[in-house]
Amino acid sequence: MLFKPISQNFSDFVIDRENDRCINCEVCVRQCSYEAHYWDDARQCVSHDHTKCVGCHRCEAFCPTGCLTIKKNPADFRDNALWTPTYMKHVYKQGDTGGILLSGMGSPADKPIYWDNLQLDASQVTNPSIDPLREPMELTTYLGSKPDKVSFEETSDGPKLTTKIGPQLKLNYPLMFSAMSFGSINLNLHKAMAMAATELGIAYNTGEGGLHPDLYKYGNNTIVQVASGRFGVHKDYLNAGSAVEIKIGQGAKPGIGGHLPGEKIDEEVSKTRMCPVGSDAISPAPHHDIYSIEDLLQLIYAIKESTEYKVPVSVKIAAVHNAPAIASGIVRAGADIVVIDGFRGGTGAAPTMIRDNVGIPMELALAAVDNRLRDEGIRNHASLVVAGGIRCSADAIKAIALGADAIYIGTAALVSVGCTLCGRCYTGKCPWGIATNEARLKKRQNPEVAAKRLANLVRAWGHEIQEMLGGMGLNSIESLRGNRDKLRGLGLNETELDILGVKHAGR
Amino acid sequence: MAKKCTLDASGVYYRQLNEQIREAVRNGATEIELDNVRGQRYIGNSIEGPVHFTIHGVPGQDLAMFMRGATVRVEGNAQDGVGNTMDDGEIQINGMAGDVLGYAMRGGRILVRQDVGYRVGIHMKSYMEKQPVIVAGGKAGDFLGEYMAGGAIILLGMDSTMDEKAPITGRSLGTGMHAGIIYIRGDVPEYQLGPGLQLEAITEEDAAFIRSHVEDWAEAFGKDAEEVMKGEFKKITPFSHRPYGNMYVGTN
Repeated sequence: MLFKPISQNFSDFVIDRENDRCINCEVCVRQCSYEAHYWDDARQCVSHDHTKCVGCHRCEAFCPTGCLTIKKNPADFRDNALWTPTYMKHVYKQGDTGGILLSGMGSPADKPIYWDNLQLDASQVTNPSIDPLREPMELTTYLGSKPDKVSFEETSDGPKLTTKIGPQLKLNYPLMFSAMSFGSINLNLHKAMAMAATELGIAYNTGEGGLHPDLYKYGNNTIVQVASGRFGVHKDYLNAGSAVEIKIGQGAKPGIGGHLPGEKIDEEVSKTRMCPVGSDAISPAPHHDIYSIEDLLQLIYAIKESTEYKVPVSVKIAAVHNAPAIASGIVRAGADIVVIDGFRGGTGAAPTMIRDNVGIPMELALAAVDNRLRDEGIRNHASLVVAGGIRCSADAIKAIALGADAIYIGTAALVSVGCTLCGRCYTGKCPWGIATNEARLKKRQNPEVAAKRLANLVRAWGHEIQEMLGGMGLNSIESLRGNRDKLRGLGLNETELDILGVKHAGR
Repeated sequence: MAKKCTLDASGVYYRQLNEQIREAVRNGATEIELDNVRGQRYIGNSIEGPVHFTIHGVPGQDLAMFMRGATVRVEGNAQDGVGNTMDDGEIQINGMAGDVLGYAMRGGRILVRQDVGYRVGIHMKSYMEKQPVIVAGGKAGDFLGEYMAGGAIILLGMDSTMDEKAPITGRSLGTGMHAGIIYIRGDVPEYQLGPGLQLEAITEEDAAFIRSHVEDWAEAFGKDAEEVMKGEFKKITPFSHRPYGNMYVGTN
């Protein structure tokens, strides 16, 4: 008979407490929502249990004497290139429980990150670079369908546009906060995203969890999402935002639905989602009214009818093998914006096997989709937005050079407010107050402070993008869109270069 | 004082027709009669009550989608997606209806005189005082009440155009259901039932609930409620509100 399940024998982290410096203040006990630290009554001191540590570093950050260090467990298994500790621990857990492996956050798997193999260009001698600190530099982006041609008429006040242009979503930066539902993250962060998006003149996405009544006033900077569970979707919700997004798929879990566990559904979440407290909120894998491109067209136009054609309608899919053909269908079905979410995109919960093995890198999907839409002459009919693992402004600007109109940032936004990627979002116990609805935990995030940090991040990236654009001699983000001549590949093979549509460095 | 408005849908594209309807509602029309409807989509989309529609002909896909509080009477058959994500109100179909009827509806009631198609009542949900109800007088296709998260479906199996031997419901009945009730008048073979569900006899309380809706159904379509209530009803409910609660083990 085993004393405890095998899965608890080998912890991922060890808690290193310098006992000389520990003053037994119990800050760590109060901060750790996983109860890794506790007051040991027998010994009359603070103690800890390594096996409960998730490596979030909250205790380390809050220890007033700096006596705590969270380290990777140095206890090694015998070297084995095939059977790494990750796989062994997965098997132990499944032997104990028979459960499907579940993970939070985007895939940590060691698979190609094409951003790291792409280099940007800069001007030297033949065309002057531009200094964005002293000269105008345009980052404004309009998302929505663009006409095939524009016509003007001469008036006494000069030329006037006569072409009717469809609804557009105006962004001051080519960046948006991605769909993270109220429920998966708490209201403080939704408020923070709404406030930051409003201040910056960009947009945030509600995700499939409805819109809290307090946030309707930020509607001009809100994209409301409609997913298969249709949680919180009604007339007022659809008309509250400046765009509506139909979520078909998510990069972290292509082909499967969502599932907000009953634990995370409290009174407020229930009100906004319009579903009962404590019951699981299940979003089926497909929309059951969409089994074809024709059905998708039906939903797109149902939403357009509901919003009286005043806002653009977006369709989000996961980056999968046939993304280009699917994207073509989406554009032809009448979508004004197509979103491609790559396999490194974040999530509150996804089956580990799916997160790490299904879908393709966004870089390749983006290049292939942009090519396909250009080849078919319909690229202007919809804007292209990408998501999934954008870590810095250089990743973002490279995405634009590959053909994206704008970029969704999710994980980066959460990291800016303190997320340490410990990946336990699905427990609802996030010690940093992000992926939790527990009252004592969520108050760790102050909406004003979080909004400031989010705005700081986007402004900083905006400055960096301007610097890089100026360096290339461009004064508008529009001049870089799909301008793959500004990219060169490093160490990529012929097929990769061909798909990305870039030359190798040196050519 | 009801303000009436009659629109001839003959040869009118759905966008223009729906614009005319919205215009009429803006101008205060409370009774809208649509003649010669031939498959125009999205009629009644997002309309807020109190407005009553009478539709002559066959309305197209997504009739009364996102509707809130209005009422619709169709004199004829309806296509797919009736009452899709509907919030409140009532729809009466004096005929048959297609697939995905009442998808994700969270309030209001849909009465259908005859058969309904596949995937009917998928992901219906109840919330606070809102309890969506579907009553269909005929038979239903596969996946009735899949993912159901609240509300009630009452299937009578009486006024059907289908073969007499055809079962009242199809396969995968209530698969993934985690709240709500499906009432069926007649027999349900075990093999049609999705996993995690229980099939039981109805209680007196159930019978009173069924009666309250069947009486309205009978009145709407000129039927005899007592005749309907003479039949034996069974009810299907889920074992758990957390069907997938114990399926996972956390990693990292």
